[in-house]
Amino acid sequence: MRAIDYVAPTSLSEAVSVLSANGDRARPLAGGTDIIVQLRGGRRELDVLVDAKSIPELNQIELTDSGLRLGAAVPCYEIYQNQAVAAAYPGLIDAAGLIGSIQIQGRASIGGNLCNAAPSGDSIPPIITLSGEAHINGPNGWRAVAAEDFCTGPGRSVLEPGEILVGIQIPAPAANSGTAYLRFIPRNEMDIAVAGVSSSVVLDASGQTVQSARIALASVGPTPILATAAGDSLAGKGVSDDAIAEAGRLASEAATPITDMRGTIRQRHHLVDVLTRRTLNIAIRRARGEE
Amino acid sequence: MTTANQVLSEVEFEVVGTRPVRPDGVDKVTGRAQYGADLDLTGMLQARVLRSPHAHARIKSIDTSRAEALDGVRAVVTAADLPLAALSREDLGNDYNRFKFLSDNFLASDKALYRGHAVAAVAADNAHIAEAALSLISVDYEVLEPVIDVRAAMQDGAPLLHDDLIHTSAMGEVSDQPSNVASYMKFEKGDTAAGFANSDVIVEREFSTASVHQGYIEPHNATAHWRADGQINVWCSTQGAFVVRANTADVLRVDVSNVRVTPMEIGGGFGGKVTFYLEPVAALLSRKAGAPVKLLMTRTEVFEGSGPAPGSWMRVKMGANSAGKITAAEIELAFEAGAYPGSPVMQGATCAFACYELENGTIEGYDVVVNKPKTAAYRAPGSPQAAFGVEQVVDEVCQKLGVDPVEFRLNNAVTEGSRKVEGPVFQKIGLVECLEAARNHEHYRTPLAGPNRGRGIAAGFWMNRGFHSSVNMTVNPDGTVNLIEGSVDIGGSRASIAQQAAETLGISYEEIKPQVVDTDSIGFTMVTGGSRTTFATGWAAILAAEDVKGQMVERAASIWDVPAEEVEYEDGIIRHKSEELSFTFKDLARQLYTTGGGITGTASLDPTGEGNSFGVHLVDVEVDPETGKTEILRYTAIQDAGKAVHPSYVEGQIQGGAVQGIGWALNEEYYFSDNGQMMNSSFLDYRMPTSLDLPMIDTVIVEVANPGHPYGVRGVGEVPIVPPLAAVANAVGHATDQRLTSLPITPGSILEATL
Repeated sequence: MRAIDYVAPTSLSEAVSVLSANGDRARPLAGGTDIIVQLRGGRRELDVLVDAKSIPELNQIELTDSGLRLGAAVPCYEIYQNQAVAAAYPGLIDAAGLIGSIQIQGRASIGGNLCNAAPSGDSIPPIITLSGEAHINGPNGWRAVAAEDFCTGPGRSVLEPGEILVGIQIPAPAANSGTAYLRFIPRNEMDIAVAGVSSSVVLDASGQTVQSARIALASVGPTPILATAAGDSLAGKGVSDDAIAEAGRLASEAATPITDMRGTIRQRHHLVDVLTRRTLNIAIRRARGEE
Repeated sequence: MTTANQVLSEVEFEVVGTRPVRPDGVDKVTGRAQYGADLDLTGMLQARVLRSPHAHARIKSIDTSRAEALDGVRAVVTAADLPLAALSREDLGNDYNRFKFLSDNFLASDKALYRGHAVAAVAADNAHIAEAALSLISVDYEVLEPVIDVRAAMQDGAPLLHDDLIHTSAMGEVSDQPSNVASYMKFEKGDTAAGFANSDVIVEREFSTASVHQGYIEPHNATAHWRADGQINVWCSTQGAFVVRANTADVLRVDVSNVRVTPMEIGGGFGGKVTFYLEPVAALLSRKAGAPVKLLMTRTEVFEGSGPAPGSWMRVKMGANSAGKITAAEIELAFEAGAYPGSPVMQGATCAFACYELENGTIEGYDVVVNKPKTAAYRAPGSPQAAFGVEQVVDEVCQKLGVDPVEFRLNNAVTEGSRKVEGPVFQKIGLVECLEAARNHEHYRTPLAGPNRGRGIAAGFWMNRGFHSSVNMTVNPDGTVNLIEGSVDIGGSRASIAQQAAETLGISYEEIKPQVVDTDSIGFTMVTGGSRTTFATGWAAILAAEDVKGQMVERAASIWDVPAEEVEYEDGIIRHKSEELSFTFKDLARQLYTTGGGITGTASLDPTGEGNSFGVHLVDVEVDPETGKTEILRYTAIQDAGKAVHPSYVEGQIQGGAVQGIGWALNEEYYFSDNGQMMNSSFLDYRMPTSLDLPMIDTVIVEVANPGHPYGVRGVGEVPIVPPLAAVANAVGHATDQRLTSLPITPGSILEATL
């Protein structure tokens, strides 16, 4: 590994100017749990690391009536230790609590997970099902991108040279709604998802009918996938095993997995079905206030 | 549910059998222990190795000139720098292949035989420069088709790794053309065909296992200083400093007395650090650069460039009669040797049926080269693979006969006097006692309830080893004793050896100061391996202690001016038979320097009588039918230790072996692309079990004293990895009603079998 520059700007404008000056030879650094490993392993070459941990906007959690504004560099542990956030967004906490390990969660950020744009990024499916929006700043000012549109390929995102993810905006949870995330790994920790699914549902006041649902998948395509047809299939339907099974089938159809060292195409399609049914059941229980 | 570990003792001693604190404990928990990577010498350079990106390629040329020209680069070496390059087949005669294979695995000469095969090395002012220099070395490869599966490698027309590899059959027939089969063996006893004809049930199945790594936490490392006077000093992480000395001298064509090897603290080996990879390369770099050179492997280099345990293929057939007796059994084993000959197929062959009294048996084995790293020892090498096949077939025979698997094994268990298929007759052994302990255990007596659950049982065998060990013991004036040994301490052997010395001298454990030293400072001592160290080096300590006792008696006699025959040594007291004259050990120690000089006891021995070991493991699993994921619910491991010198460390060995076996069974494997590239060469994707994947492993230490050792000790380190593969497979088989014959039994493979 060669020596590279390290910059720790204290303002967003300073960060953007350093990033702009260095183009694709610079990247922001939050927890570093991906980028430092990539640099050391020779999988990425950079001239400048721009530390995001001293930029105020990237390190704040704001929970208001309009929702959650999550700074891009906020580490996982700060999210799940924030009781108000944990109570409002248990589906996000499902993911924040299983990325890497306890030690990794002390550094790793949800924003970094999104920018790393791994198909297996555990926090991306729940951000998608929670209708999260990425707030990006750059030389041309601000723009917002829906979470499901953020990743464009393995390790690739919509971020242009000079741009930085500032935060993720998640709407306030609707009444009678619930979200969950599950992944499948052969071990119980320290592993990469063979498949991951987040399901989010909004029920009617009786808790018996689905008003709307969103289902998103990890590790079964070049990017995290919003399985639109699977989620839409539940809208207006009564909660039933049949409806859930149909959603599982459609989610599995939406997956475009490959066979690699972590799993096969057949196994991954099957797991999407299983995990969709399991996460829908958890999300429904959460929407009903049963857990 | 009881979860306490149990020790079923026959004989009690004063110090042997207690659980004192280990001498190296404080240094290790405070981070002060010196490992190879911690070493820093004046003027030391850092080195890196260039490795083949191809699994099979001819090396047409290597151009190092650009690397040598880089600022800060002090030396570059290739196989051309190895002395062997200058020696011909005529010079070396029958040793040619042995030396060529040994030498080529340090630095490839004509062919790269696996991805990760070392091709060149660079020493530079720092590791970053060395790393940068690697990319400036041009290697012209002619890429060849690789063969990475043992069965494929045995086919006619398979790509050949070595153009001149001829094997000799068990009957002395020499093969007429080169192949990837490096050796073939066959053992027979009785009439196997007749035995099958007399059986009421027969089970026959094929099995395969994947390449797995020992997974020691400390990567290989070596620092070498080739001094101007020709003396080569080496510091490294090894299980056997004398093996490093001998092979380094062989490869560098120098005398052994020119090489001094200092074993540093070791972060695990499990057999994998009996073999070494870096020391001669570091020495060559040091000679060229005129400075000490340190060479460290990364984790990826450890996976790709150091020895895994072999992948294997087996066919097992067993017949039994309705009385529950085995009438005949046969096994065919084909083991991957990796790039060069030398898989442990012989050990697999001789362990396969060792638990069973067989009147009729046939064993055939093949050692086969493939384009993978040369395999190295891994805890009971060869035996876990064989047990994976045999113990599943035994389980299926029990199912067909409708008999209890523990009772069936008891009904067919070997005992003292039983003759193995390949010839040896068992001395006193403890298999029956282990099986009885399993049958009586609360785990086995508690029925397993619930859906998708299964219980598996399997037995395992390892022969254990004796081999050379040396110990020097010097009495200090304060009554303590320095115990100097050459056995690298991997699993608490400084403690278990000191305990045997203390027991013999009749003084406390704390008064023995054990120390592992370099090859110039102690007599010849073989590797820490073969479950031999507590047995053999412990015995050397007993003999050295007896030597000290004899000299202490003579000294007392001389002080008292009485005949030595009238002086006794008992419980650390030296006493004249009149009982009026006596010294404590400490009293006499204080006077040694003024009454004739210090006392040093020595012993070097090469003992036989190592005493075989057996283990029986019980495991309960639950398989998620939707995901195929196996959860280990409960695990109990039972083992004959002869005499557990330090029961906590014996329990640690049993638990560690069980855990490694569980990993081997469920998730661990080298995952290769079709062209022989290992795809999962990190601990992220090479899935060893973590603490969250395992229950507490309960242990039962059975003690059937080994008559071949003064305190009844048997080796304990290896046999615990033998039963788990089959025990887990049997449990998953019962949970899913599917017999899974290929390792690892991953969630994906369970889904494939059950969906």
